[in-house]
Amino acid sequence: MVTHDSGGGHHHPPSGFIRKYIFSLDHKVIGIQYFFLALFSVFTGMALSILMRIHLVWPHAKVPFTASGQITPDQYLALVTMHGSIMVFMVLTTAPQSGFGNYILPIQIGAEDMAFPVLNMLSFWTTFVSLVVLLSAFFVPEGAPISGWTAYPTLSAMGQITGPGEGAGQTLWVIGLAIFCVASLLGALNFITTTLDLRARGMTLGRLPLTVWSWLVTAILGLLAFGVLLAACILLLLDRTAGTSFFIPGGLVVTDTPIISHKGGSPLLWQHLFWFFGHPEVYIAILPGMGVASHVLSTFSRKPVFGYRAMVGALCAIGFLGFCVWGHHMFISGMSPYSAFAFSLMTMTIGVPSAIKTFNWLGTIWGGKIHFTTAMLFALGFVSLFVTGGLSGLFLAQPSLDLYLHDTYFVVAHFHLIMGVAAIFGIFAATFFWFPKMFGRMLNETMGKIHFWLTFVGVYCIFMPMHFLGLAGHPRRYADTTGVNFLAPLHSVHYFITIAAMITITAQFLFLFNLFYSMKFGKKAGENPWNATTLEWSIPSPPPFDNFAGHVPSVYRGAYEFSVPGATEDYIPQHLTPEKVGKAH
Amino acid sequence: MQRDNSEAGSTTIAFSLAVFILIFTIVTVYIFVRKIWWFPPAITAFGGQIDEQFHRTLVITGVVFVAAQLGLAWAIFRFRDRGQKAVFFEGNSTMEFVWTLATIVMFVGLGLYGEHAWAEAHFQGAAPGALQVEVTGQQFQWQFRYAGPDGKYGQIKPELISASTGNPVGLDPKDPAGKDDVVSPVMYVPANREIELLIRTQDVTHSFYVRELRLKQDAVPGMIIHMHFNATVPGEYEIACAELCGLSHYTMRSFLYVVSQAEFDKWMSDQETALQQ
Repeated sequence: MVTHDSGGGHHHPPSGFIRKYIFSLDHKVIGIQYFFLALFSVFTGMALSILMRIHLVWPHAKVPFTASGQITPDQYLALVTMHGSIMVFMVLTTAPQSGFGNYILPIQIGAEDMAFPVLNMLSFWTTFVSLVVLLSAFFVPEGAPISGWTAYPTLSAMGQITGPGEGAGQTLWVIGLAIFCVASLLGALNFITTTLDLRARGMTLGRLPLTVWSWLVTAILGLLAFGVLLAACILLLLDRTAGTSFFIPGGLVVTDTPIISHKGGSPLLWQHLFWFFGHPEVYIAILPGMGVASHVLSTFSRKPVFGYRAMVGALCAIGFLGFCVWGHHMFISGMSPYSAFAFSLMTMTIGVPSAIKTFNWLGTIWGGKIHFTTAMLFALGFVSLFVTGGLSGLFLAQPSLDLYLHDTYFVVAHFHLIMGVAAIFGIFAATFFWFPKMFGRMLNETMGKIHFWLTFVGVYCIFMPMHFLGLAGHPRRYADTTGVNFLAPLHSVHYFITIAAMITITAQFLFLFNLFYSMKFGKKAGENPWNATTLEWSIPSPPPFDNFAGHVPSVYRGAYEFSVPGATEDYIPQHLTPEKVGKAH
Repeated sequence: MQRDNSEAGSTTIAFSLAVFILIFTIVTVYIFVRKIWWFPPAITAFGGQIDEQFHRTLVITGVVFVAAQLGLAWAIFRFRDRGQKAVFFEGNSTMEFVWTLATIVMFVGLGLYGEHAWAEAHFQGAAPGALQVEVTGQQFQWQFRYAGPDGKYGQIKPELISASTGNPVGLDPKDPAGKDDVVSPVMYVPANREIELLIRTQDVTHSFYVRELRLKQDAVPGMIIHMHFNATVPGEYEIACAELCGLSHYTMRSFLYVVSQAEFDKWMSDQETALQQ
């Protein structure tokens, strides 16, 4: 196995504020930058969602920052669009992968930095620019787009004529997303190269922590998928601004105005392109969380991961099959019903590796010695939420049932539980686990536990009832429930959800306080507060600029050697030489 | 070694978490079993098949849901740190094989079982002699067109569309086949008769959705998509738009009236033909 001169060849620590904290090439600083971008974005996304929930229940409530003092239907749809876009791209695609992956991956494989530090720095700042462009859609006169995060043409393709926000707002949205695609492609290249090329001596693929496996598979998904979204965005931009007709057929009339400047396109083409990206995207959102869950469950059960090989295989299977199922978003779209049949079978199949992972998580804690740190609580919560959210997928994977459930709140429940909660719990677990390493201090465990309980109970109260709204046939993206009679009896459910959301979102401020308070005043953390095995726990907290102070370790064993019979300690770090095993630490 | 013992194997936390998961599981199962919020009754035989497949899926996912959540709750409580040593095992190939195989059989089997209903909806067309209804979505209402006694739809031209002057679908007055076409903002169909829908849109994607028919189909610009149904229960059923189509997506609602053949004939003869309006 070849070892290279690890990292970008910088041998001196950077000097000056700009080089150290703004345009840093250090993967650790860049990881924290992504983390804070995601933190800002998640609170923005939550603010948008609480406005949505308030509007659904109290449509005439006085709301600041609105022109008329109330949220209008088009503003509601703009909230829906921007909430989804910000959460999926700026939170779920950044924090788990670019945030924690950037910080931890090089250390866990024994590298001094990512393979391409300059590219890494560019990836972050490009992401930052994409966020600014996306948010700027709020500030144009006609407002943010109203076509949802999925931006289906022809609603999104023909400009202002189809509705408010469909002018400059939609254009800015498309450009912002295209820039994000570029940033993600750069990041993916870095992750793959680093993982394959910069592993320390002895760090074979079979000894990689599952976190690294998850970041690797996620990066491969990103590399293959984001190019397609970029292409789709360019085509949509051309339709909107250059008179092309990729997505717009002829013969359309919008509010008595014939559209004569387009013909020959297909709205279905956008859906194929978007969802060919979109389905791998949701696996990009969850795979790192699965890696973290495996890692944290093992560490705090003091047991190896159950079925490490099967876990790796399942990650790879989910990644591969993730490219074969995009049509399950399109069962009702007018796509060929025969391909719907094929997509359905593939989708039912992808449930299998997900089930294997769930069994193995249970197997990991079974017979263990569980320590209920906050990180562990979030990892356990992740398992419960993944089961709940994943199982509703079995209904939606069948086109015959999708005939009823498509575009109802049943779908909203499904993807929120899986992405908006399970993936977020993965981020919380990662935060509580690695905060000591990143900031040299412990997060407050009491605050952490209160936050966990309020959130865990809260998210189930918010999203479980949405299944029942869906069963009653409640369509998605309805600005209010007064237009359709059969929605009237469901108002009490909406009320319950809104109250739960208000409490749960308030509880997140406790997490925010914990974060900033502990950065300054938290109990000082040593090298290895969790008695964990992987390489990041063999260096100081926080680490020196080149991670290993010039002494890159070699690796002698797998990542999950807990409670090995005959060992003195209940954990054996990966870097401990064989002679040192068994001696007191 | 830095470990705060207060979070070690805390019985309080283990018990609370296990109990919460247990209560959550019971409440969820109860709401599903008692159908507190549920589909409205189906009004077609096809709908009955959908409901059976839903029930099958619910039972299988329900069993897995309960087993997994209770397994998790039990493990949380049973294996909290009370000073025991963890049992060292890295896996069990036999168990892996068995539960993988069981999952494949259950999931794929369930999927294959449900394909029959999908095939009926989509692989086969409407039965011969079906009554055709053209469904046109537009921002923000539905129009339903009947071919009239001659059984032929008249030509429509987009440039003739003018809702304000009573020609919402753009019927060409020069085409004789269109003279007896009826355009209505609500849909009437006779019960126990095969109905063929021709679903289309003038502007953006909409979606035709009637809960009681267990039927939903996107109306896609540039396409005419055929669906069919046979309703057996007379009544008034709401039609809702189920694909985000713009500002007033939430008000884009109409009604399906399933009536006796006699009532349907009377309704048709009462309608003014579209070109006369």
